[in-house]
Amino acid sequence: MSKQIWAYIDHFKGEPLMPSWEAIGAAQMLAEKLGGEAVAVILGNGMDAAVQAAFHYGAAKVIVADDATLADYRPEPYAETLAAAAAEHNPAVILFPTTTRGRELAAMAGAALDAGVIADIIDMDVVDGKIVTTRPVYAGKLLAKAVAEGEPQIISLRVRAFAKPEADESRSGEVVKVAAALSEDDIATKVVEYATTEGGVSLTEAAIIVSGGRGVSNNPDLAPPPDITDENEIEVWRAKQGFKLIGELAETLGAAVGASRAAVDAGYIPYEHQVGQTGKVVSPDLYIACGISGAIQHQAGMRNSKVIVAINTDPEAPIFKLARYGVVGDLWKIVPALNEAFKKKLGKA
Amino acid sequence: MKILVFVKVTPDTAATVKVDEAGNVTWGDAPLVLNPWDEYAVEAALQTKEAHGGSVTVVSMGDESALEAIRRALAMGCNDAIRIEDPALAEDDSLSTAKVLKAVVEKIGDVDMVFFGRQAIDGDTGLTPPQTARLLGWPYIGLVAAFREIDPDGGQFTAERTIEEGRQVLSSRLPAVVSVAKDFGEPRYPSFMGIRKAARAKVPVWSLADLGLEAPAVKVRLPELQNPPKREVVCEFIEGDTPEEIAEKLADKILAEKVL
Ligand SMILES: Cc1cc2nc3c(=O)[nH]c(=O)nc-3n(C[C@H](O)[C@H](O)[C@H](O)COP(=O)(O)OP(=O)(O)OC[C@H]3O[C@@H](n4cnc5c(N)ncnc54)[C@H](O)[C@@H]3O)c2cc1C
Ligand SMILES: Nc1ncnc2c1ncn2[C@@H]1O[C@H](COP(=O)(O)O)[C@@H](O)[C@H]1O
Repeated sequence: MSKQIWAYIDHFKGEPLMPSWEAIGAAQMLAEKLGGEAVAVILGNGMDAAVQAAFHYGAAKVIVADDATLADYRPEPYAETLAAAAAEHNPAVILFPTTTRGRELAAMAGAALDAGVIADIIDMDVVDGKIVTTRPVYAGKLLAKAVAEGEPQIISLRVRAFAKPEADESRSGEVVKVAAALSEDDIATKVVEYATTEGGVSLTEAAIIVSGGRGVSNNPDLAPPPDITDENEIEVWRAKQGFKLIGELAETLGAAVGASRAAVDAGYIPYEHQVGQTGKVVSPDLYIACGISGAIQHQAGMRNSKVIVAINTDPEAPIFKLARYGVVGDLWKIVPALNEAFKKKLGKA
Repeated sequence: MKILVFVKVTPDTAATVKVDEAGNVTWGDAPLVLNPWDEYAVEAALQTKEAHGGSVTVVSMGDESALEAIRRALAMGCNDAIRIEDPALAEDDSLSTAKVLKAVVEKIGDVDMVFFGRQAIDGDTGLTPPQTARLLGWPYIGLVAAFREIDPDGGQFTAERTIEEGRQVLSSRLPAVVSVAKDFGEPRYPSFMGIRKAARAKVPVWSLADLGLEAPAVKVRLPELQNPPKREVVCEFIEGDTPEEIAEKLADKILAEKVL
């Protein structure tokens, strides 16, 4: 029997998250090097479309538990079903995308199977038949090689660290059904409701991010409406105008909007947008930092971006040490001009 | 309610962390602090106690340096503390840590809620909280942003947790394990009295023998730590007489990188 390399497909209400496909790509890579097959594992309810998509992205086989108890992600039924399926099929490796659910489930599967778990890796290689992973530690200030003993080896992949395979709609394969491990009566945790945030590009998955910092409120010439007199309210009002400019550039580029902690703490923009050690860790192809000084805690969240562009009035700002391109100038002037330039060049004018 | 909060000591976020020639991790004279994510867990544990009565015990596994984290949590208002140390625990991974923490919860007994931070900023794994929950066989709600209800008598609670898509609202039974997200709200500063009390507190140390435990196997090894490769970038500063000219040049440079 050939080795199974599993890729867990994370989804929300049946809609797979993009990094799940990256996991299939990584599973294929391991299957080639270790001798085995890439198997997608899907837990949910009404997952036929996801199963087909997993084949399109390169799974040789799909293991699926399709059951009403799995309609919503909850740790207990998901972890137990996954562990039971693993006990039955003995995968050599289980890969997860490091999404919120993926990380949690990797951890619980490890505890259920008494197996080592390596979280949030950015690279891996097979050396003498062993998987040697690389993961950032201390917020990326160091890199650690990590190896798990025994089987299955449970590994979660940093989002966007592994290439997403091309989809090929002609591919299909064998579907293996497994049962849900728990009945509804055995599950203590119930979903009450969701409070979802309105659309927009997810920061961790974004290929392009335009971020704003404290500089986004720094436009003394901009006169607030007469009914706003409080100093703090004026600052926040100015910042909202500044983030409007950032948002327009982001829209032109199909980018997500990020922020520094200073911008979040000052109430310019909600915490979901924070990039950094205590916010989101991102690795887009392009990161444009506007009015951000580049404190070490901010760098921890974005230093792995491919191309970094910084716009800052202070030529000594540490962000320029990371940046490929820099503009020493006022973001209030540069950002709108850059938006116009891109609109023209990308044919969006 | 009997509440536990697990915390870890970590180098300050501003520390310059490096691997020295002997292969050891160093951070110069940067201070050790309560793991920043654990501050939110302590805050959430204290708010729960304030709303429902009872006590909060702070627990950390680690050598004497863990006292830095413990004393901060005590100064914030935790009632008492326990430190876990044993020579056999010199090496650990998240699962071996979770096995020890599970034994702590069981030895203390009658615990209603266990609070964790989101992740420790040294190893950055975030695995220990769900693993401890799974080993205990208790419900787990990760990345809690708010509690809607905690009903100790009815043994139920409802929490909002943060997910990529927004918030998932879950209800479950007690006892339970939770980890706390930053959305919970700013952690309090220790009071002057709190700091004085924490400085004087005696913190008992439990060994593996006290927990009736053999050292759990460590399955994840870190054969090598490296300083990351220097980012080989020299910043090219784009200049021009007008913002439009600068923007024009910058847009062309970015387009030439083929990242759009
Ligand atoms: C425990 C801990 C965790 C932290 N976690 C994070 C984190 O996750 N993420 C994070 O970002 N920070 C984090 N920080 C905070 C971090 O240390 C910095 O304080 C923060 O990143 C600074 O944000 P900023 O660059 O927007 O503000 P500042 O440092 O104030 O920089 C503003 C910049 O804008 C420039 N500027 C001003 N006006 C203009 C203008 N008109 N046009 C162009 N440029 C202008 C200025 O020159 C300056 O460089 C953390 C700190 C601690 C202690
Ligand atoms: N040695 C430890 N002692 C006590 N709590 C810990 C320890 N290590 C981790 N934790 C807890 O587990 C959380 C996640 O840590 P980690 O899984 O290491 O990222 C931390 O925020 C702490 O709440």
